Amino acid sequence: MSLFFTITALITMASAIAAMTLRNLVHCVLCLTVTFAGIALVFLQLGAEFIGFSQILVYIGAVSILMLFALLMTRGGTELTLKRWDPVHWITGTLIGIAGFGVMSFAIFNSSLRQSKIPEAKADSLHALGNSLLSQYVLPLEVMALLLTVALIGAALIALPEKKVFRRNASFSKNQESGNK
Amino acid sequence: MIMDSLTPYLLLSAGLFCTGLMGVLLRRNIIIMLAGVELMLNAANINFVAFWRFHPSSEEVSGLAMVVFAIAIAAAEAAVGLALAISIYRHYRSTNPENMGDLKG
Repeated sequence: MSLFFTITALITMASAIAAMTLRNLVHCVLCLTVTFAGIALVFLQLGAEFIGFSQILVYIGAVSILMLFALLMTRGGTELTLKRWDPVHWITGTLIGIAGFGVMSFAIFNSSLRQSKIPEAKADSLHALGNSLLSQYVLPLEVMALLLTVALIGAALIALPEKKVFRRNASFSKNQESGNK
Repeated sequence: MIMDSLTPYLLLSAGLFCTGLMGVLLRRNIIIMLAGVELMLNAANINFVAFWRFHPSSEEVSGLAMVVFAIAIAAAEAAVGLALAISIYRHYRSTNPENMGDLKG
């Protein structure tokens, strides 16, 4: 057992569980940031430097900050409905989670993949990745660029104030009514 | 530094996936539910990278390419999802999905 991996995995799992169970929503998002950092560490240990640093840039730098902003723009603080604590709901959800984990670990322990041996260290994975992204995967790369642009415009459009839309609809229906008369 | 077996990585990934699933099922706030979905996507990425590392050929980088695409798509999903959450909050004054039953039959 590699001690470093064990520590990383324990911290990642503990912060993931904390992120999904804590009552203060800001604490949830901060714990989720620790989880993302732990996953980045796992990527770095596996020798995928580019993926690890992308994970740090995208998830720790952007996604968690975005979530924190969204949380504070909506209400922040605590979940009001947690006062109405429903044990049946929580027990069912936890049982489904544990059952899913049980099925997955059963599959993992019974698969022939367990015997797979680790090959020699991968040389120059970033070089190979860059080559394949610009040759074999160039079309998906372009589609991804388009998707990110569409998502940027769409997110800005969705988050626009609602009033404008209502006013436009109201004036539209008024015009229609007067036209009918 | 690195484990010589695939099993611990797969177990960590399964654990994170189920934690994210439990978050989606249990929480009553759409932002935390989105966080659970992000956690599940990340768990899948761990699997991709682990399988890439344990692949015998050093020229094979499909796993890494998949993770690059998955990270980009997850970022786009988070942006649109959080914009939707803010828009829904403006309309309903709540981020609890139980209050959003206007279309319920």
